[in-house]
Amino acid sequence: MSLVFRRAIVVGASSGIGAEIARQLAAGGCAVALLGRRADALEHVAAGIRAGGRGSALVRVHDVTAYGTVPALLQQLVDEMGGLDLLVYAAGTMHLPGESEYDFARDRSELETNLLGAVAWTTPVAAMFEARRAGTIVGLSSIAGERGRRTFPAYSTSKAGLTTWLEALRNRVARHRVNVVTVKPGFVDTEMTAGLERRPMAISATWAASLILAAASRGGSPSVFIPGRWWLVAMVLRHLPSRIFRRLDI
Amino acid sequence: MADADLRTSAAWRVLDGFGGSVRSLARSVSPASVEELAQVFAAARAQGFQVSFRGSGRSYGDASLHTGQLAVDGRAMRRILSFDRERGILEADGGASIAEVWRRTLPEGWWPAVVPGTMFPTLAGCVAMNIHGKNCFKVGPFGDHVLELDLLTAAGERLTLSRASEPELFRAVIAGLGLLGAVTRVKLQLKHVDSGELRVRPIVTRTLGHMFDTFVEQIPHSDYLVGWVDCFATGPALGRGLVHQANHLAPAEDPGGAGTLAVSAQELPTSIMGVPKSLLWVLMRPFTNDAGVRFVNRVKLALPEPVGKDGTYRDTHAGFAFLLDYVPNWRLSYGDEGFIQVQLFVPDASARDAFAEALRLCQRRGMVSYLGVFKRHRADDYLLSHGLDGWSLALDFKVPRDARRLWDTAADLTRLVLEAGGTYYPAKDQVVDAASFARSLGERLERFRNLKQRLDPGGLFANDQARRLGIV
Repeated sequence: MSLVFRRAIVVGASSGIGAEIARQLAAGGCAVALLGRRADALEHVAAGIRAGGRGSALVRVHDVTAYGTVPALLQQLVDEMGGLDLLVYAAGTMHLPGESEYDFARDRSELETNLLGAVAWTTPVAAMFEARRAGTIVGLSSIAGERGRRTFPAYSTSKAGLTTWLEALRNRVARHRVNVVTVKPGFVDTEMTAGLERRPMAISATWAASLILAAASRGGSPSVFIPGRWWLVAMVLRHLPSRIFRRLDI
Repeated sequence: MADADLRTSAAWRVLDGFGGSVRSLARSVSPASVEELAQVFAAARAQGFQVSFRGSGRSYGDASLHTGQLAVDGRAMRRILSFDRERGILEADGGASIAEVWRRTLPEGWWPAVVPGTMFPTLAGCVAMNIHGKNCFKVGPFGDHVLELDLLTAAGERLTLSRASEPELFRAVIAGLGLLGAVTRVKLQLKHVDSGELRVRPIVTRTLGHMFDTFVEQIPHSDYLVGWVDCFATGPALGRGLVHQANHLAPAEDPGGAGTLAVSAQELPTSIMGVPKSLLWVLMRPFTNDAGVRFVNRVKLALPEPVGKDGTYRDTHAGFAFLLDYVPNWRLSYGDEGFIQVQLFVPDASARDAFAEALRLCQRRGMVSYLGVFKRHRADDYLLSHGLDGWSLALDFKVPRDARRLWDTAADLTRLVLEAGGTYYPAKDQVVDAASFARSLGERLERFRNLKQRLDPGGLFANDQARRLGIV
């Protein structure tokens, strides 16, 4: 049985995979609330959705690290859309420090956006879904969370944390019929990854978004790699001894 | 906590009734002192929240649910404040549980005069619901043993109430459903016991009439009486079951009695026939259907309990009183949709006919209770009390997939109680409508509302049940 999403919130919808997910949800007739920091980028996505003539788009400028604003904003959106079936947490940044650069301020900000923001959003939404015994939460983690990576230490830490958080959440709410989906994309062609030197097996954001929505609507709280073939890479990565892993240029 | 923004700082909490068939999302705070609680009231008022109280969540329905509002979890305030071992008088915070009370007092020879079927409810919860035990016919409800209590009002004022000092308010706060304020301190009169055990006599009853007759006959010389009804029995066997009669032991009857007063002598076993009790509910699950319960009921009636030559056996206070705690999480065996309880309180004159009709009605509708519990009650004078000179039959129903059948049956039972001149018990209720509730209480409801208007003019205290029953 596949789930149908009629009302969704996409946090981090101004670009990349988040924007694509919002577009595809709307194209399926879903009312979507687009959240992000950049008003113009959000409006651009919303305008595209409205032009498409299916679904509808609400825009809210929102900084996920303003944790205190989450409950009221959530309530407002739920009231406006008349409920909520799906939360997609797609907000994320990736900073690549230089070879011998150590920067707490940037790392902190990355952990706040990628991890704490997700905790701030998924907490009230999970509670709401548990009370209703229905709902889907999708968190965009990453294959980068499988190991501590020297190229993006804070990013890989935040994604490892997010993967674990989502697993914990899933274990809490699964018996209440709430669907918690962890998606771990490999390389996806977006603004965020534009600075990377190499992007093996990269896929388009459009393709990634449709794989993610397919996984989410299957139900059963899956944790999946996007696309699935990264599973094999992750298996290998996970089992490489640390002393070998650290010598690899990844 | 005074300036805390509750919308951003309060925890989210999914609250459910003990029956597991109703749940709602609320914000939750857990103040650690009366001062903090007063600050919560002030913050809630300022920020447009209504406040409800949650203790151990043992009310079956929506009594401690509060959709979208603020639920105050009283369990952080649970100190035993004092215990006078000479007179058996105990003072404790409202959040202290019955378990915390008896574990403290029984070794000294004192047992709470009234306990419910589970040891987990808080004292404030017991006050708010005016709970009763298997000895209601003899000693009345919980409120009759409260000597004094503190109420924190919406305005943050702390009132000390007793039957002598503030009779009207005292009688409204007891059974007041937590709608007049927070019960922050309770002073209780306990009952002296010489032994940690009771003498229990099981008596098989062949019909409903036999059950009534057995109670009438046993009441004059019993401390506790409770009946179990096989709700599947039909025709001449309608209402057949089992009565458990129990008495305290006098020192002469039980010379070694003091040894059984120890908490360790009371603790319920942690496994049954080698199965850890925490897993037992899983094994019960295959039996929570009509065929399974029919089978279990037959076995229960056919297998005599092991008794001595005089037809009795010994049981601990905890073992006899807290049957609901015997299998942890048994409520989960009812499955995802949970169960509800409808407890019919009916006056003495009409009870025999009303209960027989109730059992037949359930059978006609194919909605038979999996557990029927029968008790005798006596009248009391609390404003919203369900107490009456009569009888109660508590019926547990699994919520079926096609729940409509159950709600229709429950509505019929609600009507039947009203026609029999009976009352409703909010601690169990999830189905009664406002009109029936108002009719059962008559002018007492208006008196309660007036009192609430005086004490809580801003309507700070509310909950889902109070709204459904039309009290607020």
